[in-house]
Amino acid sequence: MIFHPPILALTLVSLLSAAAAVWASIFAVELLRRWDLSSGAESQVLLERRTYLVSAVMALVMTAELASLVLFVFNADRMAVMFVGAMCAVGTLNASVYGLPALLAKLAVFFAASLWLAVNYADSQGRDYPLIRVKYRLLLAVAPLVVLAAGLQLAYFLDLKADTITSCCSKLFAPGKPGLSGELTGLGERTALVLLFTGLGCLLAAGAAALRWPRSAALYGAGSAAFFVIAIAAVISAISLYVYEHPNHHCPFCLLKREYGYFGFALYTPLFAGTALGLPAGFLGLLRQPPSLGAVMPALLRRLTLGSMACFSVFGAFAAWAIWASKLILFA
Amino acid sequence: MIELNDVTKVYNQGRANEVAAIRGVSLTVKAREVTVLKGPSGSGKTTLLTLIGCLARPTSGRVRLRGEAVSSLPEKFLAQLRRQTFGFIFQQHNLIRGVSALQNVMLPAYPLGLPHARLASKALELLAELGLEHRAGLTAEHLSGGEAQRVAIARALINGPEVIVADEPTANLDTALTQQFLEIVARFKSEGKTVLMTSHDPRIWQAPLADTVITLADGREAAA
Amino acid sequence: MPPWFERHRLLIDFAVASLLRRKTRNGGLLAVYTLIVFVLGSIMLFGEAIRREAAAVLSGAPEVTAQAMRMGRHDFSTRADIQKLGRLLGITHIEGRLWGYHYDTASAANYTLQVPPAEDSAHALAPGETIVGEGVARLRKLTPGGYLFLVSAEGKLLKLKVKEMLPSASALVSSDLVLVSEPDFRSFCGLDPDVFTDIGMRVSNPQEVSKAAEKAALRLPGFRFVTRADMLRTYEALFSWREGLLLAVFAGALLAFVILAWDKASGLSAEERREIGILKGIGWDTGDVIAMKMWEGGLISVTAFLAGAVLAYGHVFLFSASLLEPVLKGWSTLYPRFPLTPSVDALELSTLAFFSIVPYMAAILVPVWRAASADPDAAMR
Ligand SMILES: Nc1ncnc2c1ncn2[C@@H]1O[C@H](COP(=O)(O)OP(=O)(O)OP(=O)(O)O)[C@@H](O)[C@H]1O
Ligand SMILES: [Mg+2]
Repeated sequence: MIFHPPILALTLVSLLSAAAAVWASIFAVELLRRWDLSSGAESQVLLERRTYLVSAVMALVMTAELASLVLFVFNADRMAVMFVGAMCAVGTLNASVYGLPALLAKLAVFFAASLWLAVNYADSQGRDYPLIRVKYRLLLAVAPLVVLAAGLQLAYFLDLKADTITSCCSKLFAPGKPGLSGELTGLGERTALVLLFTGLGCLLAAGAAALRWPRSAALYGAGSAAFFVIAIAAVISAISLYVYEHPNHHCPFCLLKREYGYFGFALYTPLFAGTALGLPAGFLGLLRQPPSLGAVMPALLRRLTLGSMACFSVFGAFAAWAIWASKLILFA
Repeated sequence: MIELNDVTKVYNQGRANEVAAIRGVSLTVKAREVTVLKGPSGSGKTTLLTLIGCLARPTSGRVRLRGEAVSSLPEKFLAQLRRQTFGFIFQQHNLIRGVSALQNVMLPAYPLGLPHARLASKALELLAELGLEHRAGLTAEHLSGGEAQRVAIARALINGPEVIVADEPTANLDTALTQQFLEIVARFKSEGKTVLMTSHDPRIWQAPLADTVITLADGREAAA
Repeated sequence: MPPWFERHRLLIDFAVASLLRRKTRNGGLLAVYTLIVFVLGSIMLFGEAIRREAAAVLSGAPEVTAQAMRMGRHDFSTRADIQKLGRLLGITHIEGRLWGYHYDTASAANYTLQVPPAEDSAHALAPGETIVGEGVARLRKLTPGGYLFLVSAEGKLLKLKVKEMLPSASALVSSDLVLVSEPDFRSFCGLDPDVFTDIGMRVSNPQEVSKAAEKAALRLPGFRFVTRADMLRTYEALFSWREGLLLAVFAGALLAFVILAWDKASGLSAEERREIGILKGIGWDTGDVIAMKMWEGGLISVTAFLAGAVLAYGHVFLFSASLLEPVLKGWSTLYPRFPLTPSVDALELSTLAFFSIVPYMAAILVPVWRAASADPDAAMR
């Protein structure tokens, strides 16, 4: 373990989140067993009161997890000097087998927590807690993820040792290299860009359909998850080349550095926001619509879908701008 | 307007200090009328008021407001309903100390998120109607008893409630101030508001203003 | 403005008013909190500044250093070794370096004697001249134009005229430095004319450093090769470790504070309880009260964070972290009295924010919720 202040801060936050998640899931089990809205008994009143605490805790966990995702990446970038062969976050993440899994788990936690908060919001709009069971079952699915992410991150930090020899973005994201990273890059610039922009087109079409027929929102939700993956792949295999103006520099993290005008934030913020809004649209669309949310649900689905589409469009615009403004020309 | 159907309220249920404060009350509060609850101390007047005013949930039985069953609404909606429908005047005026009269009046509207300026002018208007505009900036602890109560009345009115609920409103007032309070109630009535009060005070339940008088004894409705 | 925005504005308004109403209590909490952030922040900013200084010092060092080894011990390199290296692809410059330590009995301190590299024209010295570091100048009360006398172990005397003093800005490593000319160094230390302390190599392309070191190693078997990146890593690890250890010890204090915060938040005064009861009675719901109370906590937290961070900045960069130096730097009479170069970055600040805000907010959440779930009918009693 390297005693580095950001590492201590990240560990602290993830352990707190994990503890909160464990507590919340114990409560969830209790609630699922005993919830009875029609009862005026004190135990029911207590149960109902505690749901307020769970909502507040989850909102705090979500905020902390989002901030810690950013801190995690920046810290990885900063720590690159400590590892032989590392030049940016990729090298640091690669210095342990747990690095990438930890990052992926943190991403999953962020999206899961945002999904939960959206369902929580929808539930609070109905006059009979219409989604309370769905919400707490979902919580039982989210909580292990939070614990897993905390565990992976801890394992990663414990496993990190200064002087580890690692490989950085130039080696990892080289076409033809076996493994996921190689696959991502191996897409080829042209394929990646075609996939990205047709994908965006299809997604926006699905969004328009979801606006017309709210029942098809599920399709849009699945689409936005798929698009997130496509977009990350396209950033690695093509967009980053244009930003770095270098035909072989594939890296999703260097984009976030000052050298490149923090352009990564312009790309990732709308991409993450779009996905975080699109997923709950899909999930809520999938549910049997509770009568007490009669007018609320379609309006909510509409807002989520529209917001998500707007974010994805902004992402697409920035990606296109990066290609247009770059001095690098890949295709004549 | 409000219907109670075989409502009971038990405090500290299942514990040694269990108290059955209301033991099966059914009644109807009619809109645009003044209803007075009377009865000896400990008979459950205040408890019944909290049930009617959606401040507490009945242990059993049903409370209906404009036909909607409110007993099992989520707390959030219960609070919303309370905010929109009821204005409360408590026995102790219950103003928040250290906060100006004006801000005290504005407080019930904070969760609604109205623009501050609009809220402040509305609150000032209400204070002016009760002859207190010159006291608006004073903090609560510097008001006299009568003034404090009128500020509390203004606070009860800020969200434009249909129903005014008052618990022993005249208990701490002298005769002149009681008279003044009754005038205010008369004005509410003429404005078409529903008024619900509890009182020990014969001056209240014998006033011609009172349309219905309900007598409670030992948590039950008693013959008058 | 949308209603949710106005709602939060009004809630903040009320939260501020309610904080100000309990000035002494909240003031005390704020003071302790600020102190904690101040100490945490000082440790972090100082550690980071030191690491940056070290990196700045090393930036002038050659990319690769080769040291002759004999029986596992550092030995002199010779001109023949430099010739053996000859010309290697990627290495732009090779130079024998001369440096060593000198224990000065007069001031009971260790000096680093060094011959400035040939390409460093700014510090070029004629025999009889010297440039001294800030620590040496302070101990020996030297000013430019004055004389520095050094006596070697064998009793050889060296009289040096102080040409200038090294700027104190990057004094971490240069503080104990005495730069002398090559003839002075050799005669003072009794060195043969063709030996050197070690060999420095310059590599212009950072990507080729390790390749170049590997190739050079083939030509000089018995030598140890150290790259600048290796040294940087060692520094980084050393300082991070010390800083982290200090932080971990300090986490105890943080924990104590968190318990204090929990206690403060749960031990609501009767007056506060009454207020919450009234608010719920007049139409606030649990969520409104939680939001208002969390704003209260958030305001305290952010104020303490900002105040603590500003104070820590002043402490570290204006007062050279005078309260922390002994712990982080180690004790040495020669330790530099120099202002650290002021610099903070987003990573440090956000780490500090994490440390100071998250535990506090987590600690008050449960007590706040408990207070906020008071029965609304309490106002009737
Ligand atoms: N929060 C509580 N917990 C336990 N018991 C309570 C609570 N509130 C009221 N009671 C009990 O319920 C009964 C009815 O009380 P309530 O305040 O409704 O009477 P009341 O008619 O308003 O009396 P008063 O005229 O003195 O105000 C009393 O016996 C009282 O002690
Ligand atoms: Mg009473």
